[in-house]
Amino acid sequence: MADTKEMKKVLFGPLLDNNPIGLQVLGICSALAVTGSMQKALIMTIAVTLVTAFSNLFISMMRNQIPNAVRIIVQMAVIASLVILVDQCLKAFAYQMSKELSVFVGLIITNCIVMGRAEAYAMKEPPLMSFLDGIGNGIGYGAMLMAVAFFRELLSKGSLFDIQIMPLLRDGGWYQANGLLVLPFSSFFVIGLIIWAIRQYKPEQVEKD
Amino acid sequence: MGNKDSFGRTLIFVLITCLVCSVIVAGAAVGLRDLQVANKALDKQTKILEASGRLANAGTDIPAAYDKYVIAKLVDLKTGKFVEGNVNTFDQRIAALSSDTSIKPVNDIAKINRRANQSIVYLVKDDAGKVDTIVLEVRGSGLWSMMYAFVGLETDLNTVKSVIYYDQGETPGLGGEVENPKWKKQWIGKKLFNNNGDIAIRVVKGGAKAGDIHGVDGLSGATLTGKGVENTFKFWLGEEGFGLFITNYRQELKLNGGH
Repeated sequence: MADTKEMKKVLFGPLLDNNPIGLQVLGICSALAVTGSMQKALIMTIAVTLVTAFSNLFISMMRNQIPNAVRIIVQMAVIASLVILVDQCLKAFAYQMSKELSVFVGLIITNCIVMGRAEAYAMKEPPLMSFLDGIGNGIGYGAMLMAVAFFRELLSKGSLFDIQIMPLLRDGGWYQANGLLVLPFSSFFVIGLIIWAIRQYKPEQVEKD
Repeated sequence: MGNKDSFGRTLIFVLITCLVCSVIVAGAAVGLRDLQVANKALDKQTKILEASGRLANAGTDIPAAYDKYVIAKLVDLKTGKFVEGNVNTFDQRIAALSSDTSIKPVNDIAKINRRANQSIVYLVKDDAGKVDTIVLEVRGSGLWSMMYAFVGLETDLNTVKSVIYYDQGETPGLGGEVENPKWKKQWIGKKLFNNNGDIAIRVVKGGAKAGDIHGVDGLSGATLTGKGVENTFKFWLGEEGFGLFITNYRQELKLNGGH
């Protein structure tokens, strides 16, 4: 049985030591799309964390039964079902959010993190640890998402969670909004800088030539 | 039992997985449908109340306020007259799909491709029960997407009360700012037509002059979205849009001693 130390490592390792975006460089596509505002990034984080955790759980429970020849397709079916479930629930219980996020929620299916963790971890490890691994990777993904969204929303709109922090020039304030950071591709700059910062702090993450 | 990688086991496993997954997905879709439909209707009612300026009076019970203030009526766009019909089942987007219930506009400046023969018009009453706002449903292409909006007009059918974009897929932060409250606010009081009765409303790149009653500031970085907004108005106020209805309804209000 796994001890608490192992659990801690699985749960919090993905935050810095093994960040899915920072080190594994997975899930970049959605990190570009939803980091324009903190609120969207938060909802996306919750959705991805739930889907990764439960897909890991179910796949791990089935791992000894899944025939090798069709394992990727089975993972896909489980993940796709979960994502549709999340999307349907959002539409029923958080309609405003679902209107803004619906396209991206569908994209969770193609988020490499979900399948990456299912294939790399849940196919080998027991259910509880797999579930924690899903949560951990969701948190790691979310931390990066929130960090990127923090800079993008603050510098492009002068606000955080839609609360105005720096009054904009066009509304009579002093801050000139940065239009570049409105556009999704600007996340590349922010993610790049964050990865650089993490690797300064943890040089062992730098790939050897 | 054979080994889990045998042909038979694989087949059975795949079948069971598919069955279980489809039952879960179908169950969620059916089980949550009522809630979703209610959410959609509530959202639309909220936008219509917002377009008429009644949202502040509505409090928490949107459906009750909607029933109290709003009368939805079908209009035949060809004749510009009200027609009988069920407004609850009428869906402009569906009607625009079939050639029986829609036409291809001759001068399709808003790039809507097909226009339904009928449209819903929302007449909004004040507390005394007199119609004081007319809400029209318009749509038109922006840079990337079809943009849907409600336009609230005063009873002269010329002065704008509100322009509420409620469904669009323009670039967030640029064209998507058509939903920005500050941008929406400057529509208030603008006149759609000039003194000769021609359509005069326009979106001015770089900003409208102060005191321009027909001009609305363009959105910075979104010239094409602004163009789309302007064309949407030009189309829907014109002959192939609500043009005839506006003429007729003005007449009707005048006859009834409107205002």
